Amino acid sequence: MALTNEIIRHKLIEKFGEEVTGFEEPYGMLSFTSDKNLNLKLLQFLYDEPSLGFRFLTDLCAVHYPNNTGKELAVVYHLHNLRENVRLRYKVFTDIAKPDVFSAYALFSAANWMERETFDFFGVNFVGHPNLKRILNVEEMEYFPLRKEYPLEDQKRIDKDDEMFGREGETQAYIK
Amino acid sequence: MARPVQYNITNKPLEKPISIVSAPEGYMGEGFFASKLSDVVGLARKNSIWPLPFATSCCGIEFMALMASHYDLARFGSERVSFTPRQCDLLMVMGTIAKKMAPVVKQVYLQMAEPRWVLAMGACASSGGIFDTYSVLQGIDQIIPVDVYVPGCPPRPEAVIDGFMRIQELVEHESLRRRNSDRYKELMETYGIQ
Repeated sequence: MALTNEIIRHKLIEKFGEEVTGFEEPYGMLSFTSDKNLNLKLLQFLYDEPSLGFRFLTDLCAVHYPNNTGKELAVVYHLHNLRENVRLRYKVFTDIAKPDVFSAYALFSAANWMERETFDFFGVNFVGHPNLKRILNVEEMEYFPLRKEYPLEDQKRIDKDDEMFGREGETQAYIK
Repeated sequence: MARPVQYNITNKPLEKPISIVSAPEGYMGEGFFASKLSDVVGLARKNSIWPLPFATSCCGIEFMALMASHYDLARFGSERVSFTPRQCDLLMVMGTIAKKMAPVVKQVYLQMAEPRWVLAMGACASSGGIFDTYSVLQGIDQIIPVDVYVPGCPPRPEAVIDGFMRIQELVEHESLRRRNSDRYKELMETYGIQ
C-alpha cells in the first residue's frame, strides 16, 4: 500500500499524541510542527519506523518571522522517503533570544553543512554540532545577514564608496 | 540604423598593411641610435604586457572574446596570458569579488613581481556594481591599488581594449624610479603592503 499523508499523520499522532501539531498539506505536501526539544525524537522515529522510512534529509533551513513573538525563528527540515517517493516538511520554532536547537548531525551526516549554513545566515545555535562555524560568509562577520531585522541598506557597513553609487556625502544609513 | 554602441562606428582604413611601433625619440646616425634608456624600457614593456586574468563571472566571458581572433589582444603583444602571478605584469580583475575572495585577490597581487599594474574590468570589480550587499567587496580598490577602471556591465571588448591601451600608456611613460619613490611606498602603505 502506498504511503499517504493520512498514514504518516496517523502514525505520528499515535506515537506523539498532542505533541505534534499544525498539520497542513499545502500543494499536497504534508507539513507539521512540534516543540523544538522534540525534534531529534521525531526525526529518529520518522527514520527508524519501517513503514515510514524518511531516511534522506533533502534540505534544512531557517525562516525568520519577526512578528511571531517568542517563536521568531523556524527551522525547517525537508525529509524524503526514497522508496515510496514521498516528501514531508517538519518545522520547529525557537525564540530568537535563545536560538538553541538540537543538531540532527548524529542522524543525518548531511545536516553538518546545512546546519552550518543555517547558523551562518540566521544564527541558529545547533546544540551538539561538531563544528558550528560560518561556512559561506567571511568569518569576521558579526551579524546574521538573513534575519529580517536590518533596514534595506545595512547600517553596519563602512565599505561603501558613496561616489561610486552616485550619492553625495553621507547617506541616511551613516548618520548615527 | 546607427549601432547603439560608441565604438567602431566608422570604418577606418588601414594605414599600412603591417604596422609596427615607431622608435622613441633620439639621435640617429650611421650605425648608431642614441635614446633614453627609460624610453627603450618603456617601449619594450608596453608592447609585451603579460596579463593575468582573474575572471570570476560574466566579464570573464567578454575577456574570452577579447583574447579570441575577432578582437585579438595579441595585436598588443599580450597573447601570452599567464596563470601564474609570478610571471605577469598586469592583473586583470574581471567580475564580482566576494569578500571571501578578497584575500585571494590580494595574495595574487602580492605574488606578482614589480612593476605590476592592475586593471579593474566591469562595474563589479570597480565598485561592487549591482551587488550592493553584505557579501560583496565594494570595488577591488578596497584591497589593492588599481590603475585603470573599465566601466560597463559587462564592458564590450572594445572598451577593454581602450582600457588596455591606457595601461600601455601608463607603462610607456612610467618613470623607472616610480616604484622606489616615497609616494609609491605611501600608497602601498595605505593598503598594508610592504
